[in-house]
Amino acid sequence: MSDIHPKPAEHVAPLVRLGRFLKDNPVIPLIGFLFALIGILELMRPGIVSVFWAGNLIKFAIPLAMLAAAQVLTMLTGGIDLSVGIVATCSAFVTATLTPLIGPAPAMLVAMGTGVIVGLVNGFGVAIARVHPLIMTLGTGLIATGCLQVYQRFVISTGTDIPAVLEWLGTGRSWNLPNGLFLFIPFAGFVLWLMRYTGFGRLLFALGSNEKAAKLSGVRSWQVLMALYVLSGLIAALTGLLYLGMIRAPSLSLAVPLMLPSVAAAVIGGTSIFGGRGSFAGAMVGALILRVIDTMLTLARMPEGARIALFGLIILAVTALYVRLSETR
Amino acid sequence: MTPSDDPLLDAQGVAKSFGAVRALTDARLTLARGEVVALMGANGAGKSTFVKILTGALQPDRGHVRIRGQSAQVGSPAQARRSGLVPVYQEPSLIPDLCVADNLRLVDTPVDGFRHWLTELAHGDLRLDAMIRDLPLASLRIVDLARALAMRPDVLLLDELTAALPTDLVDRVLTVARQQAADGRGVIYISHRFAEISRLCDRATVLRDGATVGEVDIAPGIEDQVVEMMLGARIDLGKRAAAIARPRPEGRPRLRVENLAVAPKLVDASLALHPGEVLGVVALEGQGQDELFDALAGFRTPLSGRIEVDGVAAGFRHPADAIAAGLTLVPGNRAEALFRERSVRENIAMPFSARPGAWGPLRMRHEKARVAEAIERLQIDTRAQGEVQRLSGGNQQKVTIGRWLAHGVRTMLLFDPTRGIDVRTKRQIYPLVRELADQGAAVLFYTSELEEIPLACDRAIVIFNGRVVDMVEATEADEERLMRAAYGLTGSEGAA
Repeated sequence: MSDIHPKPAEHVAPLVRLGRFLKDNPVIPLIGFLFALIGILELMRPGIVSVFWAGNLIKFAIPLAMLAAAQVLTMLTGGIDLSVGIVATCSAFVTATLTPLIGPAPAMLVAMGTGVIVGLVNGFGVAIARVHPLIMTLGTGLIATGCLQVYQRFVISTGTDIPAVLEWLGTGRSWNLPNGLFLFIPFAGFVLWLMRYTGFGRLLFALGSNEKAAKLSGVRSWQVLMALYVLSGLIAALTGLLYLGMIRAPSLSLAVPLMLPSVAAAVIGGTSIFGGRGSFAGAMVGALILRVIDTMLTLARMPEGARIALFGLIILAVTALYVRLSETR
Repeated sequence: MTPSDDPLLDAQGVAKSFGAVRALTDARLTLARGEVVALMGANGAGKSTFVKILTGALQPDRGHVRIRGQSAQVGSPAQARRSGLVPVYQEPSLIPDLCVADNLRLVDTPVDGFRHWLTELAHGDLRLDAMIRDLPLASLRIVDLARALAMRPDVLLLDELTAALPTDLVDRVLTVARQQAADGRGVIYISHRFAEISRLCDRATVLRDGATVGEVDIAPGIEDQVVEMMLGARIDLGKRAAAIARPRPEGRPRLRVENLAVAPKLVDASLALHPGEVLGVVALEGQGQDELFDALAGFRTPLSGRIEVDGVAAGFRHPADAIAAGLTLVPGNRAEALFRERSVRENIAMPFSARPGAWGPLRMRHEKARVAEAIERLQIDTRAQGEVQRLSGGNQQKVTIGRWLAHGVRTMLLFDPTRGIDVRTKRQIYPLVRELADQGAAVLFYTSELEEIPLACDRAIVIFNGRVVDMVEATEADEERLMRAAYGLTGSEGAA
């Protein structure tokens, strides 16, 4: 056996070559796709694309991208977190109802605490009881939904209040750009740094790539998974705070509709649900793409039902196409 | 010639290649009615390929297999079964999530016959509604065998069936096999155990380097002849580097193992490994060496016995515990050790990040230096930058070793590190192992290729049937001596 790999004199089909390029640089073609969609939008309604519109697009993509971060991180290990939607909702609802009682800062602290608690339960189930992450996070999500409804009965009379800082972050603008970026830019920097330049990030890739090899290297996977799901819960709770400031009307299902799109954004962004491969940069672009598609459907003046159905269909089609292309070798 | 004069099974001139590898060149085997024939051969002789062809799981490139004189080629396992050859393997071919009765139905087994054979095999009280996954391994083998017998096969092929079976069951199996022959059927018996072969078999057919090199009648004292046939011209004393006699090290051993038993196959292993020593492990496949290495590396918990590191008793519950005690494993299967789609550097540096205290920012400069040193020392060819899966097999293996060089080596557990890699890389690995020992590491080195023992080791222990049965100095470790020891023929006179 020779150590030298002969250069394969193969003829690579254009589609395969495109697939390889997508796999190595998932973000570049995605950005191209995003601008193509924006171009189509401009054709549909000339004049719609403006700086203000772009600010709006980014504003509503931020919470989606934050939840997608939780999906990317868990998917790296071959997991998923389906409780992020309800955790964000809990966090928002708890903040809104507790602010009149204990003040904004303690209320937000309690809200983040709910994220930690759900994360700990998820972590226990996935890391120690070895329940499949899909089932575990779906289960805790349902439990949290129930708890939230019980909690609502106790606080129904206290009224709600939204901390000023959240309202500023959620609705304010600086230089035509949404203030949410003041939260999101440090957040995105942290996630990118975590994935690339820390031991923890490396272990996430390792667990998804080959758990047995990680064990051989001395990694106790339960510790990593426990920390991971707590982090995921924290990200979801933080997203809930921002989303509360954005929507300003706490409800029992506030952020739930963001859950599946957050998974789709991660997958469109080039993260493998089987673990070992993923990119948060891609997920951010994925979130923007989903928002543009949503705008297009709204412009087409479809009835709500048809719009939702079509949105699901497009998510499936884009994801299937992307996976097909990027898995080709 | 009347049909009854035909041999039951007649395989002639069977050849099979996999790409450039010629697994079989000229394998022959005949089996007459009333006969039990042993099929023997050292590691890599082509035994398993031959068995797959006999049972129809593989098609030969040349040659033919006739059962009961029917010249039709055996085309598939089902066809082989219909024509009367039924195999039973060491790993039972039963579906774990079905009960015994459903497994019988899958292949149309007559239940009455099955019941009869269960009783003969001391499992008369086994319930047919028991789930396969709930049964112990020994019972599974018996179920598999009883199922095969119930089909009333003309030729029964038993492949290492008695490995790790308790003695009383081995006796039953041998009795039943003998009965088959007495009823005018035939049995092909594959085993590493001469004791069983001399009790059961009439003849032995010996394979070497893909060809049948001889057939001998079993008689007392035949073992030496068979071992010679298995080795053949491979004893090339001139080519082998002379092993240097090294005195047995004294003082406190780095690693001491006492009476270690690990499920399912390791029964009783004791050894002492000193700093500066390379201790070889000689064993045929599946004698308990996997369990020994797994227990030392923290992958399995021993049933009983004692492991001491630097004189302190150790109980490893996770590989992390073993690594903390300085025991690092290079496993036999590279796929279990590598992160295929990650870089060489990440693969080598992974143990640095394992502990929660090291989850923070990567120490890039420190990491780069250590990884570069390991790559340099192992001469890993990193021209194929990027993913580890793009490297050649030999270079991948170097990465799994390099990981521990970068981490720091105290006690290295090498499990067949040269399997399936090119000769050049092999020749780089032996001196490296020696060098590690000279620098104070202790090395435990299992290899499936006996000629590596004098090249890399100071001395070697021999594991047979779950027990350490012998200890051979490298200076005396010619292949014949090792082969005899591996087949349990040298007794325990030299055991430590």
